[in-house]
Amino acid sequence: MSLDPETVRRIADLARIAVTEDEVARLQGELNGILAWIEQLNEVATEGVEPQTGAVRMPLRLRDDVVTEGDQHDAILANAPDRADNALGSFFAVPKVVE
Amino acid sequence: MSKPTDLTIAEARDLLSRRALSARELTEAHLSAAERLSSLNAFITLTAERALRDAARSDERLARGEARPLEGIPLGIKDLFCTEGIRTTAASRILDGFTPPYESTVTRKLWEAGAVCLGKTNLDEFAMGSSNTTSAFGHVVNPWRRRGDNRDLVPGGSSGGSAAAVAARLCLGATATDTGGSIRQPAAFTGTVGIKPTYGRCSRWGIIAFASSLDQAGPIARTVRDAAILLRAMSGFDPKDSTSADVPVPDFEAAVGRGVQGLKIGVPKEYRLSGMSAAIISLWERGAAWLREAGAEIREISLPHTKYALPCYYIIAPAEASSNLARYDGVRFGLRVDPGGDLDDLYAATRAAGFGAEVRRRILIGTYVLSAGYYDAYYLKAQKVRALIARDFDRAWAEVDAILTPATPTSAFAIGEKQDDPVTMYLNDVFTVTANLAGLPGISVPAGLDEGGLPLGLQVIGRPFDEETVFAVAGAIERAAGFDALPAVRA
Repeated sequence: MSLDPETVRRIADLARIAVTEDEVARLQGELNGILAWIEQLNEVATEGVEPQTGAVRMPLRLRDDVVTEGDQHDAILANAPDRADNALGSFFAVPKVVE
Repeated sequence: MSKPTDLTIAEARDLLSRRALSARELTEAHLSAAERLSSLNAFITLTAERALRDAARSDERLARGEARPLEGIPLGIKDLFCTEGIRTTAASRILDGFTPPYESTVTRKLWEAGAVCLGKTNLDEFAMGSSNTTSAFGHVVNPWRRRGDNRDLVPGGSSGGSAAAVAARLCLGATATDTGGSIRQPAAFTGTVGIKPTYGRCSRWGIIAFASSLDQAGPIARTVRDAAILLRAMSGFDPKDSTSADVPVPDFEAAVGRGVQGLKIGVPKEYRLSGMSAAIISLWERGAAWLREAGAEIREISLPHTKYALPCYYIIAPAEASSNLARYDGVRFGLRVDPGGDLDDLYAATRAAGFGAEVRRRILIGTYVLSAGYYDAYYLKAQKVRALIARDFDRAWAEVDAILTPATPTSAFAIGEKQDDPVTMYLNDVFTVTANLAGLPGISVPAGLDEGGLPLGLQVIGRPFDEETVFAVAGAIERAAGFDALPAVRA
């Protein structure tokens, strides 16, 4: 499988990374180089093999469904690039989403 | 007494507890070395005031006879571990201005064990790289030089700052992380010892995530014993990490001198690559001979899916990274670039400006292999190959107790080399990446020099949660190798 410029633009859009036309050309070459190298996995017979999702084959632990921490407004907002403080509380601020 | 910066952790611990050396003297010696050798660019942030405060507290405890296991030991912390109140960057512009309001579990354990925080070490951006040249804070210089060659060499990556700082004697030890070789490859390139423990041994909580099913923390130090001392303090169950293993932490240090009498050591034939340098092959053979002389039995084994480990990794790691790095959107922390459009424009502009070329490349690969229509062909396929790689090791453990391989296919290369094509750089991790995919412990021990006088490492891989055997074999290699070469640049 080989990526065309349109696919590179679509992936970049999905990944929310702005790319220029020059970058599309360069990325197309680099990504196709990596994908061509990855294609060698097709040589491996994997019929009937269970996919392994993690490094260790153990069930995920469950914990009690209780609140262990919270009420950390200031710590959470401490690194906000932009914030809004008003009568309702303190918030992360972003460009207007709903007209 | 040798210079404070030349001490091992075990020696410093002894001198401190006998009050023959103060934590303050030890810390000041390392801070001044780090400042003097700042041209190596091993540290992104030096925390001198904090270090002196930690040292003063250690001296008080030492005076009261209440020393903890790492009391007064100055460490470097890879700048991927969140440290409360200390800028944490992941060597990326996208975390511009980020100061964590919390402490990673591993670093919290180190401070609770009495360690002194010297600062945050440089790395490849988001731990993605094998040369420490992708850092937004500039490349790290390897303190070693090739004989008759003045070019700066890479320290390896991604934990290049940690490895360079330990090798150049700017700290007694350092934390690091390893997703495909990021502890073991820089350790091999700098003549230091680095261990990636079993997946689940060290909590990932508070470590900036790259690929969550592969990431594992571990130490870099100058001796096997020091690595064992640090790993014990870093390990342990943590309910905050859902993949943390609830298993006891053994006294790793006690295992270092245990010897290899009666152990069966596997030498996998698939690790003998065509075109491998004579120096690496002879080092590997020498390593097997040392272990045989120490009483181990050497057996050739087969790990048939080895050649598929790297391409498998380069699907799984970018896929996980593309998901993990989705959080960097310019809204809650770090860099924001607002081009004046809508929220999507803010995301795209922030991420384009904040991520470097290698990180963007991996996010795009990961996004592609997870996208509709390609998931089965790439991601699911890679997960199945991963299962086969793990099965290779399961079968090997029926025959042998540990596996001996070279740590890297070459010694350190010059800055700027291997940059033409991403895949050439990826091949650095050919011997290390299998242990990440299978979740196994692996250590790199300096064992010799190549024809240019640069260090080479041997890797020992062990069964899950059997770091003790890994340390025992590494200890035997260290004793037999008698590696005492020193880097050209050091404190």
